[in-house]
Amino acid sequence: MSYQTKISGWGRFPVTETRENRIRKTDDIRTALAADGSILARGLGRSYGDASLAPEVLSMLPSNRMLAFNEKTGLLRCESGVSLDEILRTFVPRGWFLPVTPGTRFVTIGGAIASDVHGKNHHVAGSFCDHISSLKIMTADGKIKSCSPRKNTALFRASCGGNGLTGVIVEAGIRLIPVESAWIRQTTVKAANLDELTAQFEMHKTATYSVAWIDCLAGGDAMGRGILFAGEHAAKEEVKEKFPLVLKPGPMIPVPVSLPAFTLNPLTVRLFNNSYFNLAARKPGPSLVNYRSFFYPLDKVANWNRIYGSRGFVQYQFVLPESAGITGLRNILGEIVAAGTGSFLAVLKQFGKGNGNFLSFPMAGWTLALDFPEKPSVFQLLDRLDSQVSEMGGRIYLTKDSRMSAETFRTGYREKVNAFMKIKGETDPGNRFASLQSKRLEITP
Amino acid sequence: MKRLLILGATSDIARACAHRFAADGFSLVLAARKPDELDRDVKDLQIRYDIEVKTVPFDVLDMEQHRAFFQSLNPLPDGVLCAIGTMNGNEDAMSDPQKLKVILDTNLTGPAAILTLAAEAFRKRGSGFIIGISSVAGNRGRGTNYPYGSAKAGFTAFLSGLRNRLNKSGVQVITVLPGFVRTRMTENMDLPEKLTAEPDKVAADIFKGWKKGKSVIYTKGIWRLIMLIIQHIPEFIFKRMKL
Ligand SMILES: Cc1cc2nc3c(=O)[nH]c(=O)nc-3n(C[C@H](O)[C@H](O)[C@H](O)COP(=O)(O)OP(=O)(O)OC[C@H]3O[C@@H](n4cnc5c(N)ncnc54)[C@H](O)[C@@H]3O)c2cc1C
Ligand SMILES: NC(=O)c1ccc[n+]([C@@H]2O[C@H](COP(=O)([O-])OP(=O)(O)OC[C@H]3O[C@@H](n4cnc5c(N)ncnc54)[C@H](OP(=O)(O)O)[C@@H]3O)[C@@H](O)[C@H]2O)c1
Repeated sequence: MSYQTKISGWGRFPVTETRENRIRKTDDIRTALAADGSILARGLGRSYGDASLAPEVLSMLPSNRMLAFNEKTGLLRCESGVSLDEILRTFVPRGWFLPVTPGTRFVTIGGAIASDVHGKNHHVAGSFCDHISSLKIMTADGKIKSCSPRKNTALFRASCGGNGLTGVIVEAGIRLIPVESAWIRQTTVKAANLDELTAQFEMHKTATYSVAWIDCLAGGDAMGRGILFAGEHAAKEEVKEKFPLVLKPGPMIPVPVSLPAFTLNPLTVRLFNNSYFNLAARKPGPSLVNYRSFFYPLDKVANWNRIYGSRGFVQYQFVLPESAGITGLRNILGEIVAAGTGSFLAVLKQFGKGNGNFLSFPMAGWTLALDFPEKPSVFQLLDRLDSQVSEMGGRIYLTKDSRMSAETFRTGYREKVNAFMKIKGETDPGNRFASLQSKRLEITP
Repeated sequence: MKRLLILGATSDIARACAHRFAADGFSLVLAARKPDELDRDVKDLQIRYDIEVKTVPFDVLDMEQHRAFFQSLNPLPDGVLCAIGTMNGNEDAMSDPQKLKVILDTNLTGPAAILTLAAEAFRKRGSGFIIGISSVAGNRGRGTNYPYGSAKAGFTAFLSGLRNRLNKSGVQVITVLPGFVRTRMTENMDLPEKLTAEPDKVAADIFKGWKKGKSVIYTKGIWRLIMLIIQHIPEFIFKRMKL
């Protein structure tokens, strides 16, 4: 039950031929397992590189049923193909919000778990899987296993952030958080350089949400020039709307065709300039913005990934441990700015402590993300950045990656790789679950 | 409360339609051969839309039971959507009359029979709507697909006649003519991407068409043009084509 098609991650690089199976019920996964060859679960394809690519994929999108919701505790049990967008549309009007959300709402629960995604509240709330009460996962033997932080712990630790390599997540329990409104009280602060910007993070340490945009064109004394956005869920009294929990549907602007490859992300330029220069005009202090503009500014433009043209782009996100300090961050940023090939805008965030999931990305320290057009000089630059990141004890985010070496991966994820490989060997000795990425990183043969 | 009966509720297109109508406030009665397979969908629809949903067993080939089935629906629904159809055994049916009968009955005789009961009840009440999912395959018989195609041709004609007859009775009859749709029915086929719709798109078109009071809905819209051309190919050419 499948068909041939071409797929890629959100960066549109690399592109691969695949057989896609649509999974409506768990028996469909068993059917796929009964054939030969390796397979991989896939959600909305918002990972940027090759983490969701394989010659045969299982699309979990038809498995998107919500199964139970506890109005008292906010615990939602659902199938893994449910998207964050569907959860928001269903539950924000009833006063519930996602405990953690990435910068797009068009990802599935399965994808959010398999990448253990983080949001602007990592420093206070941890990552997505810290809010998962339990998982059901179909392993290579065709059996469905329950796991949680307390039961079948190793399978849980390996599957949260496990990029689909332990099996297919079919169901999950996720704890939503109560909110009084669909609005965020946002505080925006300009910083003239990296020292000021990092100091602002320090000052907003107790804010629920914080993230900064860096202008990558600014060098010298102005390097690290940027804006910090901090936010809190607004109480219902703060919101002037008659129905504080309800938002009008926002418009979606399509990017109809691929733009020629030389248009270097004008979208981020606009986003940044609008915010940065408007700030000067506006009086300081907090403002109310709805959750869509606060968390998902890029979602307003459908298919914005096409603005890089048909060759696609690579996203690069690394984290440096606290020990590397601001100096470490400054060195790498300096190299990026000097090369001048990256996107105009980079996203900076301060992580809190990491969790025990084997292949989860976050660790306490600074993380920076930006995109680069797909071209040879960029790959050389990124290789150089990789070694600096590795040297300082940092690592690269798998869900964004399409190019790092197996060695960079091993150095970055260290002893956790062995813990992961142990479970992988036990639950999937035949390596039925594999991706183009897992082969490149030598996680699977 | 508005109520919609969906026949063939396990169909991918039907599932997408259930969400559209539920979001509009409809309560749902989901009829299927294997209603147990819908347990998860029932929970999902209830959680998302806070509506009443129930399932009932229904086999369109069991025509003796149609009347009892329809009378057991209480209250009478405001509308009915029929998504039942099959292409299974299409090729065998070209040489096996028994298999041909199953295809004709599943796509034409059965749906026409149950919709006749609905039409009568709606006519008497003076309100209601009937949405029949036929297919562009019924617009012209093709050598590779004519058992299914001829049944759909019959079903399209049935819906057209019904619409004509009920024109003044307050009952809306809609013929849905999908081209290719990516569903269980077409899963092993390599379909041309540009001409293939997702079930969601079909459901959106159906819902919009129903709201606007449309009679015939092509989905994707481009199929209206494609079929216009195909229907106008002279027979002496058409009969030699590989389609
Ligand atoms: C605009 C944008 C902003 C983003 N912002 C952030 C951010 O702020 N923070 C962050 O952490 N990430 C961010 N991301 C990345 C994104 O959140 C992750 O890549 C996420 O995993 C994508 O989910 P998906 O459903 O699209 O999964 P896919 O991309 O389809 O798959 C991702 C991985 O999950 C696996 N997988 C998917 N479903 C299952 C399943 N049911 N069972 C087992 N494995 C499965 C796949 O095998 C693959 O390894 C962003 C992406 C975009 C495009
Ligand atoms: N997919 C396309 O490209 C396409 C194109 C044009 C038109 N259509 C039409 O669209 C409609 C929906 O089909 P789909 O594409 O969504 O495919 P589908 O998922 O295969 O749906 C077919 C449905 O018909 C039901 N059914 C078959 N025999 C039945 C019987 N004897 N009694 C009761 N129910 C029966 C099936 O139920 P079970 O689950 O019990 O099998 C299933 O729910 C069909 O009428 C089809 O002909 C489809």
